[in-house]
Amino acid sequence: MSFSLRSKDLLGVLLLAVLLVVVLPLVLEPFRLNMVGKYLTYAFVAVGLVLCWGNAGILSLGQGVFFGLGGYCMAMYLKLEASTPEATKIQSTPGIPDFMDWNQLTSLPFFWVPFKSLGFSVIAVMLVPAVFALVLAFALFKRRVGGVYFAIITQALAAIMSILIIGQQGYTGGVNGITDLRTLHGWDIRTDSAKFILYFVNVGLLIGVILLCQFVQRSKLGRILVAMRDKEDRVRFSGYDVASFKIFVFCFAAALAGIGGAMFTLQVGFMSPSFVGITPSIEMVIYTAVGGRLSLLGAVYGTLLVNWAKTSFSESFPELWLFGLGGLFIAVVLLFPNGLAGLYRTYVEPRLGALLGRKGAEPKAAPAPAE
Amino acid sequence: MFMGYSLGELGSIFAMQAFAGLILFSVFVLMSLGLAIIFGQMGVINMAHGEFMILGAYMTYLTSQLFQAYAPGLYGIYFFVAMAVAFVVSGGLGMLVEWGLIRFLYKRPLDTLLATWGLSLIMQQAFRSIFGAREVGVELPEWMMGSLAVTDTIEVQINGLFVMGLTTLIAVAVYLLMFRSRWGLQVRAVVLNRTMAGAVGISTERVDRMTFGIGCGIAGVAGSAFTMIGSTGPTAGQLYIVDTFLVVVFGGAASLAGTIASAFTISQAQSTMEFFMSGSMAKVLTLLVVVGILMLRPEGLFVLKVRR
Repeated sequence: MSFSLRSKDLLGVLLLAVLLVVVLPLVLEPFRLNMVGKYLTYAFVAVGLVLCWGNAGILSLGQGVFFGLGGYCMAMYLKLEASTPEATKIQSTPGIPDFMDWNQLTSLPFFWVPFKSLGFSVIAVMLVPAVFALVLAFALFKRRVGGVYFAIITQALAAIMSILIIGQQGYTGGVNGITDLRTLHGWDIRTDSAKFILYFVNVGLLIGVILLCQFVQRSKLGRILVAMRDKEDRVRFSGYDVASFKIFVFCFAAALAGIGGAMFTLQVGFMSPSFVGITPSIEMVIYTAVGGRLSLLGAVYGTLLVNWAKTSFSESFPELWLFGLGGLFIAVVLLFPNGLAGLYRTYVEPRLGALLGRKGAEPKAAPAPAE
Repeated sequence: MFMGYSLGELGSIFAMQAFAGLILFSVFVLMSLGLAIIFGQMGVINMAHGEFMILGAYMTYLTSQLFQAYAPGLYGIYFFVAMAVAFVVSGGLGMLVEWGLIRFLYKRPLDTLLATWGLSLIMQQAFRSIFGAREVGVELPEWMMGSLAVTDTIEVQINGLFVMGLTTLIAVAVYLLMFRSRWGLQVRAVVLNRTMAGAVGISTERVDRMTFGIGCGIAGVAGSAFTMIGSTGPTAGQLYIVDTFLVVVFGGAASLAGTIASAFTISQAQSTMEFFMSGSMAKVLTLLVVVGILMLRPEGLFVLKVRR
């Protein structure tokens, strides 16, 4: 199939871009805008999950691991830059990050050394999660482990990672994570103007990622993924190497999550194991589910909505938030499995079409939820 | 790492660690038997399993408070009452959940995961609102405290022995229920072929509800047993859920014997390693090994031959 984007999809991306680039910066004060920027870093994960879970039927409960790996890669670079010998001269070993000094490390661990280079770090942000995902996916998909078992194994992995990061305090900063990050290649990231710029970089990257994912969805690869989700055996019997497609899409989603993690570190100024474990990983799945597991744009709106609800709820009624989130999980699964995008397609789109005087948008049966 | 210990001391260390491993084993079996029924037999992923355990633990706590207030003379036997209460309350709630939530999702196993995760969040917050965020513990009756000295260097705790006995009892009961009772026959029939089981007159809906209820009830008893070993907090359930799922998956989801075998392997590995390295590293290593073996044997250790 030749690469063609439907105008409707482009219009959706355009609307999102206008909302994020023009409307929100005009309406919100810098503090709130920075918060939206933080939410949008999760949207990278959610968009990746649309491809991985919605299209290919692979539910990963370990996306927090990839988000964290990307975030830690960026944080390690920033931390090394903040730990110059002059800035850390009160330590017993100047020139290494402060938490290493507290944990009686006297020299930089070998795997920290390459992160002195910005170029390496930027590549590592995507490569480390992708390679990690590759190893896992290769071992599992080649053995035809899928569905529920894959979900449970990725969840165990999220647990392992968070225990490991918390346990290895000297190398990772332990439960506090890597904090007190200051500059990116000499550019102070803590100022308001820097945060403003980072927000736009983030939005730009996200829009780019969405366009890329739309391309993947429309390509032959995307159609094979959907076919695989619905009848894996038939695709296999048609001569396709099912495992390779799964491995690719899983690694792709992991790399996207890594970008999200790195942008998170840059905008928020720290990275900690609380974004790696089981709970954040599952919450990331709910962003996708709320938005509609088959819709890229829906995933972004779902992420924004859930996080906005979380922030405003837990500001005013901290007690109620967990009830709300739990109820949301149940409601999404039981009542509208296709999420916001599904609601939009069933209720808004036909009416919108009628309103614009067109014969309603092409009838598009809502695809069955992925299994 | 064996430096500095004499041979006799090493023997005692291994004996003690093995005993600690046996207690951990009993706990794992208790945790995972209920899940093995729900996940292995019904194919439902119950992420709220940990919360059902905690519910059982809170019920035990409430019972102990009641006994202390109204019948201090009978405190010695409160635990048996508490276990019954825990089983009934957790099992009842389980049946309610099956009726209100799970039965709509039998064809979408991954969605049961999300829905029950939501349920677990709601239950956690409910525990926090009702019982407070602080951890609670129960006072053991006197006969359960203390320990038996086997030799000069080896001693075993009585509550540990009690948990082990309890586990044996429940495992045997589950075995009889699943493989020697009419109801167990119906459950296995529904698992193997739901349509056919329905066609020969088994009420699959009732069987599903009972199965889910009993699975949750066993979780409640497990939680009740936990109160003897540690204290209970609203979020404690999430600590167990990964372990429990790995035990069940590692053993081969549909096989109860596999669940017990894998609980034994994992607990012994962890408690032996715990002595030589930090607890968290032992845990990481154990989980990694389990995940590694699962990659080699995706269906688990004991695979039930089923024609699909």
